[in-house]
Amino acid sequence: MKALLKSPWVFHLSTGSCNNCDIEILDCLTPRFDIERFGMLLVGSARHADVLLVTGIMTRQSAPAAKRVYEQMAKPCVVVAIGSCSLGQGIFKGSYNAPIPVDEVLPVDAYIPGCPPKPEAMIAGVVKLIQKLQGAK
Amino acid sequence: MAEKRRTIIPIGPYHPLQEEPEFYKLFVEGERIVDIDVRIGYNHRGIEKLAESKHYDQIVYLIERICGICSTSHPIAYVQAVEDIMGDIEIPERALYIRSIIGELERVHSHLLWLGLAGHFLGYNTVFMWAWKYREPVLDIFEVISGNRNHYAMLKPGGVRRDIDDDAIPGIIKILDDLIPVLDMFKGAVLDDPVLAARLKGVGILSKKDIVEYSALGPVARASGIEIDVRKDEPYAAYDRVKWNVITQQEGDVFAKAVVRILETYESISIIKQCLQKMPKGPIDAELKDIPPGEGIGHHEAPRGETFHYVRSDGTNSPVRHKVRAPTFMNFPTFKASVIGERVADATIILAAIDPCYCCTERMSVIDRKSGKQLLAGEQLIKLSQERTKEIARKMGRS
Ligand code: SF4
Repeated sequence: MKALLKSPWVFHLSTGSCNNCDIEILDCLTPRFDIERFGMLLVGSARHADVLLVTGIMTRQSAPAAKRVYEQMAKPCVVVAIGSCSLGQGIFKGSYNAPIPVDEVLPVDAYIPGCPPKPEAMIAGVVKLIQKLQGAK
Repeated sequence: MAEKRRTIIPIGPYHPLQEEPEFYKLFVEGERIVDIDVRIGYNHRGIEKLAESKHYDQIVYLIERICGICSTSHPIAYVQAVEDIMGDIEIPERALYIRSIIGELERVHSHLLWLGLAGHFLGYNTVFMWAWKYREPVLDIFEVISGNRNHYAMLKPGGVRRDIDDDAIPGIIKILDDLIPVLDMFKGAVLDDPVLAARLKGVGILSKKDIVEYSALGPVARASGIEIDVRKDEPYAAYDRVKWNVITQQEGDVFAKAVVRILETYESISIIKQCLQKMPKGPIDAELKDIPPGEGIGHHEAPRGETFHYVRSDGTNSPVRHKVRAPTFMNFPTFKASVIGERVADATIILAAIDPCYCCTERMSVIDRKSGKQLLAGEQLIKLSQERTKEIARKMGRS
């Protein structure tokens, strides 16, 4: 856990989102917010990641794939659900293609609400999570 | 057997290059791509069906969330479809201008976003960082106007939901003016760069004939010399009240598509400025009452091409059918023409060149591969799909 707190690497997983949460995640990397300053890095493979950022409503087709990605990650790891969609399916509640919410497929540790959450909110969320883990270690 | 060796390269479904899940299979012989197969559906959310369970006003929020990048283009098309059902209603002038302003602001931010992603696909991350940095001020404008950086919720059938404050206008114009030198820089740095030219010119060419055959739309078609643009061809909102040009290029390669997008951004900025200056005072909402039975269509030139909405009403609070056709749906098949014969390394940028938006495109039909016949109609599919949902929910221990 301790290693996880220094410079968490994140992998981003979209499970049927509208793309906006995903763009806001990428936005965190770009010059205005630039989370790389804090050692956070968006990586290309789940195997390298400490944090899994999940967006979207978990559509039927992506649920098995999402599970696979989670299983590939080195443990311990942290799962963060981003956006109303992944919190409670948001406006898509009742869709025939979204049988199960994200947090019943993956063990979610932190929820960041908003549609989409502002990059500031995402950074605040991750910071809170890190603080909590520091308290727990 | 003297058959050439074929290798299959899978891209996706969760691939670092793409934010959205989709799955490509590239069939390659050596370095050359000989065939491509695309499997999408990871993002299908059943929006058209959901729309049937929502009120006309609620649908705006729902279809806004079809896609986060062009989140106002769907509402613009949709409200026009509803207004089409109403017949001859008068939409307040100011509302029309505000619609155009929002639509064009979106094009500015979307084209900058594309430019950044294209740079990223090419391994040119400086462009990515720059383009996204200069996209932020545009999002600030949105925040000033609508209170949110994305998903503006500005439209409603009959008008717009929020007015643009007169005090905010000088600030908006200043931000836009500051964008011009940035675009000049991009034009200089990106388009005159010999490396990029070598990388992009003559790659992924779509001829005029390809475009017509595949019915491609938007910047993809305009980069091949076909001058289509709904804003000009069938003006709506305030597009016939301002002066602007349709940008075309002749080459049809990836480079031409980049040029079209950059030059279009200038046009958009000019449209926004003209609209802000010309916008008359007055009401912003026609306050529609009941929606009569009937059907209507609406369209909007989204950053990626024409978005088309069809709405059928039976006189109740919700539509009985809502059909969405997003531009990527039309542009997607052009991959077949542009990718085959190219090198593997160029595949991503060619795929990116149409600025695909999968969340807009996801839809389902089951086709018998051999005969090409459509086996299941929409109704059956939905039923099947619901049964499957139940089944999975049951398997996962939820009922
Ligand atoms: S929470 Fe909102 S912004 Fe995020 S993916 Fe869902 S609809 Fe899009």
